[in-house]
Amino acid sequence: MERHFEKDLNELKERLLWMGSLAERAVHQSVHAMLDTDEQLAKRVLDEEDAINELQLEIDDRVVQLLALHQLMAADLRFVLAVSRINNDLERIGDQAVNIAQGALRILRHPRVKPYVDLPRMSELVEEQVRNALNAVVRRDVELAQKVMATDDQVDHYRDQIFRELLTYMMGDSSVVFPAFELILVAKNLERIGDHATNIAEDVIYIVQGQDIRHPSVDRR
Amino acid sequence: MQASSKPGLSVNIVTNTGTATHGETASLPMRMTISKVDFYYGSKQILFDINMGIADKRVTALIGPSGCGKSTLLRALNRMHETVHTSRLEGEIQLDGQNILAQDVTTLRRRVGMVFQRPNPFPKSIFDNVAYGLRINGIKGSISEMVEKSLRRAALWEEVKDHLHKSAYELSGGQQQRLCIARALAVEPEVLLLDEPCSALDPISTAKIEELLVELKNLTTIAIVTHNMQQAARVSDFTAFVLTGQMIEFSATPQLFTTPSDPRTEAYITGRFG
Amino acid sequence: MTARVKWRRFVSNFMLTLTGVCALVSVSVLFFILGYLVFNGGTSINWAFFTQLPKPVGEAGGGMANAIVGSAKLLMAASLFGVPIGFLGGIYLSEFSGSAVASVVRYAADLLNGVPSIVIGIFAYSVVVLPFKHFSTLAGAFALGLMMIPITLRSTEEFLNGVPRYLREGAMALGASKWKTIASVVVPAAYRGILTAILLALARVAGETAPLLFTAFGNRYWSQGWGQPTASLPVMIFTYAVSPYEDWHRQAWAAGLVLLGLILIINILARTILSRGIAVPRS
Repeated sequence: MERHFEKDLNELKERLLWMGSLAERAVHQSVHAMLDTDEQLAKRVLDEEDAINELQLEIDDRVVQLLALHQLMAADLRFVLAVSRINNDLERIGDQAVNIAQGALRILRHPRVKPYVDLPRMSELVEEQVRNALNAVVRRDVELAQKVMATDDQVDHYRDQIFRELLTYMMGDSSVVFPAFELILVAKNLERIGDHATNIAEDVIYIVQGQDIRHPSVDRR
Repeated sequence: MQASSKPGLSVNIVTNTGTATHGETASLPMRMTISKVDFYYGSKQILFDINMGIADKRVTALIGPSGCGKSTLLRALNRMHETVHTSRLEGEIQLDGQNILAQDVTTLRRRVGMVFQRPNPFPKSIFDNVAYGLRINGIKGSISEMVEKSLRRAALWEEVKDHLHKSAYELSGGQQQRLCIARALAVEPEVLLLDEPCSALDPISTAKIEELLVELKNLTTIAIVTHNMQQAARVSDFTAFVLTGQMIEFSATPQLFTTPSDPRTEAYITGRFG
Repeated sequence: MTARVKWRRFVSNFMLTLTGVCALVSVSVLFFILGYLVFNGGTSINWAFFTQLPKPVGEAGGGMANAIVGSAKLLMAASLFGVPIGFLGGIYLSEFSGSAVASVVRYAADLLNGVPSIVIGIFAYSVVVLPFKHFSTLAGAFALGLMMIPITLRSTEEFLNGVPRYLREGAMALGASKWKTIASVVVPAAYRGILTAILLALARVAGETAPLLFTAFGNRYWSQGWGQPTASLPVMIFTYAVSPYEDWHRQAWAAGLVLLGLILIINILARTILSRGIAVPRS
């Protein structure tokens, strides 16, 4: 029998996915603003931040209502709780994208420190992580979620690599310190985005299997 | 948040069926208004200065602990309290702007129908039960068509269409209650009052009736008394919390259940009440 | 086992046996009477008994056709008179049960029920027989009807009160007036009980003799219409039983058997109706 709260659950999911698509777009645009030195693109990311933040507030409101009014159980309950967490991760992803865009604006006038090789690769990986994490939510795909989590090591590896490389450049030439430093920050932002995508993936497993797989080192007996 | 007793109520329309028009306020028309109502059984006062409205085409729930007066208030809305001789109502209750105490009571009861706590079908066939209201009010038209329409609206048609002439008592409890709803709907009331309609039913029947109510509000204004506040949370758009004859709080359901303004309301809905 | 326990057991068994024996005795009285009637009157039950008029004194044979028809007429007229009054009065008592008038009516009905039937007969005599200057079926029906009133009244009230309140409320909530509610919901819900009560009242008055003695009086022939004295089974039994004729005695037994049989049938019918159809709503 269909219950009327299912409509509310579906709307919640839609709003979350819409927020996800905005966050995904923000990441993509901010990265390309930086890689392609595109001032317009960077500014657009800053303008669209509000939309993401508004959605966060709206989704939290809906979550509170659903929980208060409908005594959700089992999968429905886990879903709504997970939505609440994913909501935060998406907002953070949005924040990180803004940071990247701001960084891009700051190094706009500076010549490139070096040809971008690893940064584009890393950003592609991270964008894929975000995309896959959101798809895993839509499709409740545990395998896809696990793939997202597995990618995290690679992303961390890229960040370390970029850091080491840029450090070398900074030590060799003091005039590039400012832009190089910004690039390191960008790498950090990307790595954080990847972490948030991984969190989302963990939430998918919670929704589907009911297992809380965060912090495996903690003994849950 | 208190409602004024003027027709029209400004509330945050974050209604229960999820259309979270976050922060939007609108003025909703009131089908019935209750102003400064006091109620007595003999010398004992049961209701104290009640002020509220029943919003048009919405579900309004009355919640509160046993004996708080919520059923008394509901029954006043179609003057059923008059069956007890010692009852006395002071104040004004209006339906579409007209004082119900000044109207003919049988006409009023056709416009404001009631479904009771225990299913109470008449000792007649299913068909005759639904047709009863039509017949005694002399409503013209095809009785069998109207009966079918009512039974469909009450989500009972499919289950009884081949057995319309069987006794109503052969139905299960949940079916009997839906029959009573169909019977009340047959005369096309403007307001439907339900006094703890599910308290005698099993969970599945209760769920069916709850879903039915959410659909029915498009057809008719609904007011429901329930001792089960989760039920009020699930189905109603507006909730009034009544305690020892006083209206403590009356607001949109999502508000009342997430951020009630009165500590007594909070104590009740968090289950910290005696 | 101690002596004390043995004694207690003995007393318990003795008393239980005693109660069983008394119960049996009570029941057996009915069968005893029935048996006596069958034994003594059974032989006189024949076609003639039901179809022929009484023969003149001294002649053998004949029947009680006029008494049977007379009783039937009396009971029918009594019902037409007593039942509507009792029924509608019962409705009044049920609906206005709190009022002072209702209490008075109730009390009076109970008193009327206790009035000796012969006194009812005298009353009917002064009211109906004297003004018209002769005995009549009407007078007899009047007397019997009076006796039916209190039973019908109280039973109707009881059974109407037994209809649950929420059933009435259901009708009223649909816009039914008080009378409509009573007529279309409450009475149909109680009708089995009320019908039973009427039948039992009928059974009660069917066997009354005293009131008929000076109202319907008696008749050796067919009674025409309603204004003439009429024979009836109870009075015939009385007349024949105290007569010196053997043949008449036997006919009296037969009449007694027929009367008892009639009353038993009505009783059994009433109880069957009552037990068969009390519509119990499923919970």
